[in-house]
Amino acid sequence: MASLNVLALVCLGYVALLFFVAFVADRRAARGQSAAWMRSPLIYTLSLSIYCTAWTFYGAVGYAARSGLEFLTIYLGPTLVMIGWWWGLRKLVRVGRSQRVTSIADLLSARYGKSNALAIGVTVLAVIGITPYISLQLQSITLSFAIFAEADPLRTYHETTTVFWVTAGLAIFAILFGTRNLNANERHHGVVTAVALEAVVKLLALLAVGIFVVWGLSDGISETLSRIDASRIGTWQVDGGRWATITFLSAAAFVCLPRMFQVMVVENEDERHLRVAAWAFPLYLLLISMFVVPIAAIGLELLPAGSNPDLFVLTVPLSQGQQGLAMLSFLGGFSSATSMVIVAAMALSTMVSNHMVMPIWLHLQGGEGASVSGDVRNVVLFARRISIAVILGLGYFYYKLSGGGAALAAVGLISFAGISQMLPPLVGGLFWRGATRTGALSGLTVGFTIWVYTMLLPALGGGLLPDHVLAEGLFGLSWLRPQALFGIEGLDSTVHAVLWSMSLNAVVFCLVSLVTFPSPIERLQGAQFVNVFEHSSGPRGWTGSVAQSEDLMVMSQRILGATEAQAFFQRELARQGGRGTLPEPTPAFLERLERELAASIGAAAAHAMIGQIVGGSSVSVQDLLAVADETAQMLEYSNQLEEQSAELSRTARQLRVSNEKLTQISQQKDAFLSQVSHELRTPMTSIRAFSEILRDDGDMPLEEKTRYATIIHDEALRLTRLLNDLLDLSVLESGQVSLNMSAGTLNEVMDHAVSTALAGSDHPIQVRRDPKSEDIRISSDLDRLAQVFINLIANAQKYCDAAPAELTIRVTRALGEVWIDFTDNGSGVPPDHQQLIFEKFSRVSPERAGGAGLGLAICREIMQRLEGDIAYLPGQKGGSFRISLPIGRKIPAKTVL
Amino acid sequence: MRGDGAGQQDESNSPFVERRTYRRRRLMDIARLLPILGALLFAVPLMWPNPDPYPAPDSQGGMATSAAIAYIFVVWGGLIAASLAFGAAVRLWAGHWTEGGPQDGQN
Repeated sequence: MASLNVLALVCLGYVALLFFVAFVADRRAARGQSAAWMRSPLIYTLSLSIYCTAWTFYGAVGYAARSGLEFLTIYLGPTLVMIGWWWGLRKLVRVGRSQRVTSIADLLSARYGKSNALAIGVTVLAVIGITPYISLQLQSITLSFAIFAEADPLRTYHETTTVFWVTAGLAIFAILFGTRNLNANERHHGVVTAVALEAVVKLLALLAVGIFVVWGLSDGISETLSRIDASRIGTWQVDGGRWATITFLSAAAFVCLPRMFQVMVVENEDERHLRVAAWAFPLYLLLISMFVVPIAAIGLELLPAGSNPDLFVLTVPLSQGQQGLAMLSFLGGFSSATSMVIVAAMALSTMVSNHMVMPIWLHLQGGEGASVSGDVRNVVLFARRISIAVILGLGYFYYKLSGGGAALAAVGLISFAGISQMLPPLVGGLFWRGATRTGALSGLTVGFTIWVYTMLLPALGGGLLPDHVLAEGLFGLSWLRPQALFGIEGLDSTVHAVLWSMSLNAVVFCLVSLVTFPSPIERLQGAQFVNVFEHSSGPRGWTGSVAQSEDLMVMSQRILGATEAQAFFQRELARQGGRGTLPEPTPAFLERLERELAASIGAAAAHAMIGQIVGGSSVSVQDLLAVADETAQMLEYSNQLEEQSAELSRTARQLRVSNEKLTQISQQKDAFLSQVSHELRTPMTSIRAFSEILRDDGDMPLEEKTRYATIIHDEALRLTRLLNDLLDLSVLESGQVSLNMSAGTLNEVMDHAVSTALAGSDHPIQVRRDPKSEDIRISSDLDRLAQVFINLIANAQKYCDAAPAELTIRVTRALGEVWIDFTDNGSGVPPDHQQLIFEKFSRVSPERAGGAGLGLAICREIMQRLEGDIAYLPGQKGGSFRISLPIGRKIPAKTVL
Repeated sequence: MRGDGAGQQDESNSPFVERRTYRRRRLMDIARLLPILGALLFAVPLMWPNPDPYPAPDSQGGMATSAAIAYIFVVWGGLIAASLAFGAAVRLWAGHWTEGGPQDGQN
């Protein structure tokens, strides 16, 4: 008798073997040297057998014993789907690969405009839909343990603790298997290889039991068939509605189940593997269901009434004393359950972490866009491990809630119906461009709600759905009875639930899609999905080759620069062992290359470019949007930098200018001081000299005294004038002059100026004026203006070397101002002095100077205060100055102080 | 058939095409018909009578399970064979779809 301990040891040994296989496969794949058989269609076909779970292994016989041939529908549906691979699955796989989807939720969300709401909806639906299925696996393993425990003399068996430990063990197993590493494509070579091994084990186990039953317990095929006909299930008694419904349901679930999607689409190495799987997988299904009816019939015949038909696969060999066969059969069931739980938990945890945990986490991190830090991987792995534990926990609680007493097949059908709600959006998304996100969401919501109400809750029982609701309908409305919606009674409950949920789901999906309008991304993605064969390249494999390495090299050189790229590839080649000229495009290498490129062009762009070369996938709209997003961020950043640098150079330029100005001013100040001291010293010297003479020479004639005193007086006057001028100039220059604005005519000002300038002169210069043109009203500081005029007339009088000297004053009106030209008939200012005459202390001919050379400087300052100007007019016959004065606008006195 | 991924890039749309192209297009028709045919054949059992709850002593009492098994498994096997043949035909007529992969020469 095989004790429970032996059983546990066998299980652990078997798990260790699976681990070893997965580990070796993963390592070989990571090194890029996976054997050809690992990528063969055979492995792909065997991995598809994940469809056959403990439900198949144990439940099918029980199903057959209860309902005859109806169990076959579970396998006929997938067979039809596989046979129609050319226009169904092939498209799905092509879309999955060209869009790089990681789960069915990802696919649906990508199709409907990368809608995360839809992804979350699908994920929730999948988690809830799979929960009964996982509890089914727990139930079957627990039952099989119980069978061996009954035979164990020691009998230390508790159902509750067993379920708990089975759940915990499977959770650890799934976590260790499914989340060992993160792969960009969510592909797990190790798991797939282990699953393929388990597929062989379960097929062999079931075939072995079948052969034992047909040729060991019975006498060949014909006798077995007659014994079948003689048994309780000897006649065809299948409800037609159930037959069709469940066939449809299994076909739908085959495509929609997350774990099937994982192995069929995500883990697909090569689209062409479908060609082999199209006949090999139906063959696998045929083989695995071939002996189900014989086992059921013989089990019914041999075993006492009331024994659980779900366990005939175990109990029939045990009752015949075939311990070894029973153990093999147990391993087959264990294989079925574990492989299903691992892959389902893996697929679901991917969905949960990608669509629920990560968006929330990234949102909480404050979404930095291009600069997400590197510890995301740990967060993802952690999220997946937790989700696996939670999913298995849900399965455990379902088992506890439902009491674990239901037939395995009934539990499985609930799952199928829930998962199949994804079919309308999936098929619609692949074949109908008009399908919209709102339509998909509405259809899913309706279908899901009806499924929960009519199927899940009634099956759970246990107070979740009160009895009176079940009997009289929600709110006492009889047409809302969960198992007779709209008053249609007499239907089988499964048929009823599937009929209503699927049909209303599809109808709502279509109607809402028809009346809503898709977003631009949805429309683009719709075209990409529906016409995928026109948008993607041929069915190239994922497998790396040196040709891809060459492409990668060319691309990297363009981005990184030739030297850096070559150095990087050399390093990688050395790391891989250094054979050949280019490194193999292993996942690890690609990952590092992507990171390298991301530093230059941003993560999204790097991912898209490598995906384009290695994955054979087309660049999706999301990729482009992400690239554009990053580019925009970078552009913005570089714009900011540019602005800052422009501002800096502007500031530097301003600093340079003001520095020059300061230097200039300092030089001017020095020159001014030396000039002022020079100008002051000359009269001071003569004053000192003559006053000394007056003091020392006591007996000087009066005439002499008077002469010297006059000289001293004249020089003192000159000093005073100079100091006055300096004072005047400094007041003007500092802007502290106060202007006495008043109105008058130019004529008056000119009269005053001419008479003042010429007063006391022995030979006054002849002044020619045109009084008519001078009759202009001006508003200005008239005294200051007169000062300017006086200065100019006095200058002409002083410097004009013609005889007789003449000064012409001409007044012209120009745009908004009046020009007053003072032109004499002398030789004028020599051209090399014309620039200097307005500077302080500049005198054209010092020998004739009466003043200190400040007059014109003062004039210019005054004119600038009056918002006019004074300039030398070259090209006239004599010396000529032009004063321009604004007219017609008032100078606000207070601004000038 | 446009857009099924089986055609060449620059394929003629005229009603008279090469024999090879014509063959391939009929092959795609088979691809569409096969699952429908399968579904119809699997629907045949719906027409079998359910057993009379009170059978007459000498009547058969409905379809025997062994006969039903025979029918379903024969149809099933036939579909598998047809799928195998279709796969081979695809390899022959839509050669460009299967060329140049690592699995070439193994089948």
